[in-house]
Amino acid sequence: MSITVSTSVNGDAVEFVCPPEETLLDALRNRLGLTGAKEGCGTGDCGACSVTLNGRLVCSCLVLAAEAEGQEIGTIEGLAQGDKLHPLQQAFIDHAALQCGVCTPGILVAADALLKQNPEPSDEEVRFWLAGNLCRCTGYDKIVRAVQAAAAEMRRA
Amino acid sequence: MAFDAYQKREFKLVGTRVPRPDGIDKVTGRAMYGADPVAPGMLVGRILRSPHAHAKIVAIDTSEALALPGVKAVVTGADFVLPQDAFLADIGENAMAQGKSLYDGHAVAAVAAISAEVAKAALKKIKVTYEVLPHVTDVDAAMKAAAPVVREGLRLESVPDGAGGNVTHFCEFGHGDLAAGFAKADKIVERSFKTAATHQGYIEPHACLASVTADGKADLWCCTQGQFNVRWLCSELMGMEASQLRVTPSEIGGGFGGKTTVFIEPVALMLSKKAGRPVKIVMSRDEVFRATGPTVSTSIDVKIGMTKDGRITAGEAKLRYSGGAYQCMTVEMGGQAAFACYDLEAVRTQGWNVLTNRPKEAAYRAPGAPQAIYAVESVVDELCQEFGLDPIEVRIKNAAKKGTKSSYGPTFDDIGLMATLEAAKKHPHYTAPLKPGQARGVSCGFWFNFGGNTCVTLNVNTDGTVGVTEGNPDIGGSRASISLMAAEELGIPYEKVRTIVADTASLGFCDVTDGSRVTFAVGIATIRAARDAIKKMCGRAAKIWGIAEEAVEWREGAAHPAGPNAGKFPPMTLAEIAAVSFQTGGPIAGHHEVNADGAGVSFGVHLVDLEVDKETGATKIQRYTVFQDAGKAVHPDYVEGQMQGGAAQGIGWALNEEYIYGDDGRLQNAGFLDYRVPVASDLPPIEAVILEIPNPGHPYGVRGVGETSIVPPLAAISNGISRAVGKRLQQLPMSPPRVLKAIKSA
Repeated sequence: MSITVSTSVNGDAVEFVCPPEETLLDALRNRLGLTGAKEGCGTGDCGACSVTLNGRLVCSCLVLAAEAEGQEIGTIEGLAQGDKLHPLQQAFIDHAALQCGVCTPGILVAADALLKQNPEPSDEEVRFWLAGNLCRCTGYDKIVRAVQAAAAEMRRA
Repeated sequence: MAFDAYQKREFKLVGTRVPRPDGIDKVTGRAMYGADPVAPGMLVGRILRSPHAHAKIVAIDTSEALALPGVKAVVTGADFVLPQDAFLADIGENAMAQGKSLYDGHAVAAVAAISAEVAKAALKKIKVTYEVLPHVTDVDAAMKAAAPVVREGLRLESVPDGAGGNVTHFCEFGHGDLAAGFAKADKIVERSFKTAATHQGYIEPHACLASVTADGKADLWCCTQGQFNVRWLCSELMGMEASQLRVTPSEIGGGFGGKTTVFIEPVALMLSKKAGRPVKIVMSRDEVFRATGPTVSTSIDVKIGMTKDGRITAGEAKLRYSGGAYQCMTVEMGGQAAFACYDLEAVRTQGWNVLTNRPKEAAYRAPGAPQAIYAVESVVDELCQEFGLDPIEVRIKNAAKKGTKSSYGPTFDDIGLMATLEAAKKHPHYTAPLKPGQARGVSCGFWFNFGGNTCVTLNVNTDGTVGVTEGNPDIGGSRASISLMAAEELGIPYEKVRTIVADTASLGFCDVTDGSRVTFAVGIATIRAARDAIKKMCGRAAKIWGIAEEAVEWREGAAHPAGPNAGKFPPMTLAEIAAVSFQTGGPIAGHHEVNADGAGVSFGVHLVDLEVDKETGATKIQRYTVFQDAGKAVHPDYVEGQMQGGAAQGIGWALNEEYIYGDDGRLQNAGFLDYRVPVASDLPPIEAVILEIPNPGHPYGVRGVGETSIVPPLAAISNGISRAVGKRLQQLPMSPPRVLKAIKSA
């Protein structure tokens, strides 16, 4: 049995057919070619697959693709505006907040969700918000600095 | 002075914090990692794994799986003809079991099917008949005479008579008269330690896409730390010629040593060969934990003698390491590293490798060193406490320096331990008063650093830009560092250089991205390739000017007549020479191929302030500072990143991370929920203090920086906790239950 799903991804209307048990992560990666979200664990522990569902931060490996029906999905591919990077993306490059970069899409999506609801977080709030996104390379120091730099930049804008 | 010897110089670009070339791809989700590529007609590969720690595989019936619609190939151990070479045979046998399951998670069969669903269903239809055998997963238990023998016939001649059946290797290092050394001590402390196996914990699971064609050619795309190593291992296991297998490395989502070998790659190639279609295999996280290469688990005895004024008179360590069910030489590195931080008259280390029913060890950041140095640094700290001595002063008093005969043989050249210790002593962190309930821990760390085989091609484009082709996957910003060194040497802007990581058909052999070797060794090859190109460009200028080649010199990105006698010509820049290169002899490129030696050893010192919750046993890290000698920090951001990242991994190892085996020999915590790596809220800011004591063996003074940083956290935290709870802890990780136990027994 298959299900037809009509949804919106980064503002674009899309439609795909998938089995009922397929995850949103697999649909994004394998049916829509959006491979920015990564599967690090498949159990919601690492956050590498972070996307937003109607603005709410979720692990797309824990969401069924069918649940996207009629909803709005946001992924890392939608963070930049054309060729203009989001301040978080620029800050991550400027502050060397990535090494291997595989957790970076998830962390950026999560950090964006944080700054949308809390434009001036404390370092501790950043650390607790990002506690669901594992990074094994950086020790998080430069990530926290980059998020704070982007937050400051966005408050100035 | 040797061509490569370090020369003091003012750098224009090296040492600046430029944006990395792959940054935009990685912040936009565009970068292609191991699981991302697709190929036309691609099949999904899945692997069936043994649920038994130790079992004879009596029979495998794959007929029902093969009959399932949509299944295109099934592979078992019988499909592989293992090479005679024991090292290669072990890798093949680990990728697909040969008659015996040696650990929980060992691959026993694999399928390729038109979808993940069909592949999963097919695995369930494979019938494996096992005869379960007695198993052993603990290193000390495996040493005993009565222990089940994991594998026969692996014991090397080095092993002394009387060792148990699981001991496969013995090594010994040191110098001086131990008995005389201990006799001079005012106090001798002897302690035993155990450290759990840990996993590198890279966020990207292993993934590969293999495509074998009917004429025997093959392409393999995979996330790896070394595409040339993958080509070597896979071509040997497939019985292919190296030239027929092209391996292209993807961007890599972390490795830390764990992606230096192969697990799924030979299986994907064999499935593709049998199916006649491309096959992709992506590991699940459960598979990554159960069936890739965690660290050794260890049991270590350390004995150190000290005078009451803090001079170490003798040191001895006995190291028992288990690298799982395979021969493993990591104990050699532990034995060599254990006392490397100290200038000792009498020192001896002995090491045993012991087989257990655990997965085959792979490298993890300074393999073997963190465990050995943890044990030594714990005993040094206990002696400091015993005599009421300052732990940094004691280390300064005993520190290895230029001219020290190291505990593993070589005499040290310029090294940075003393400068690193002095920097730590002077740092505000060390003198900051501790709050009530807080304790401070200190530890030194060491890693050898490697050089190795490296090739670089540097192409001068006609528009004045430069392409550097190198062969080492970039895990933490190395393309930026290599571009910086090329631009520095050529005298052109950083933005004019683009560095790419080549596939195995496009460049000569390059060793794996490991041993902290890339910035060092690829740096040497890049600098030499740039000098080769410069020589050629000077030749072109000479030709244009009609003067001798020797009468042309290169400075600030341009060819100049070498002196007044050479003639008066306006300088020609790289871009000007390149623009007319087709008229002066053709395209210009520099090359260099080298087996680089001269890697400079690296030392670090870590300071930690922590607090222990006396009710739960949980430890909170409150302040952390890393001091490390980089030789020369080519890109300081990414040097700091290595220092911070290694510290974070070491903190996880010290406090939480461990492979937990049940009595049934099965891994009980094969997931990030139960194998808990540090998250952002677990850690404080990690300050990184870079020292630059130039490595005499590199033209810019570069040492490797990637590995030393994981070594000191284990003892630094243990020393802090021991001071906080008033009891020496002797086992890693220092998880809350263990700390609570220590508090109760204090």
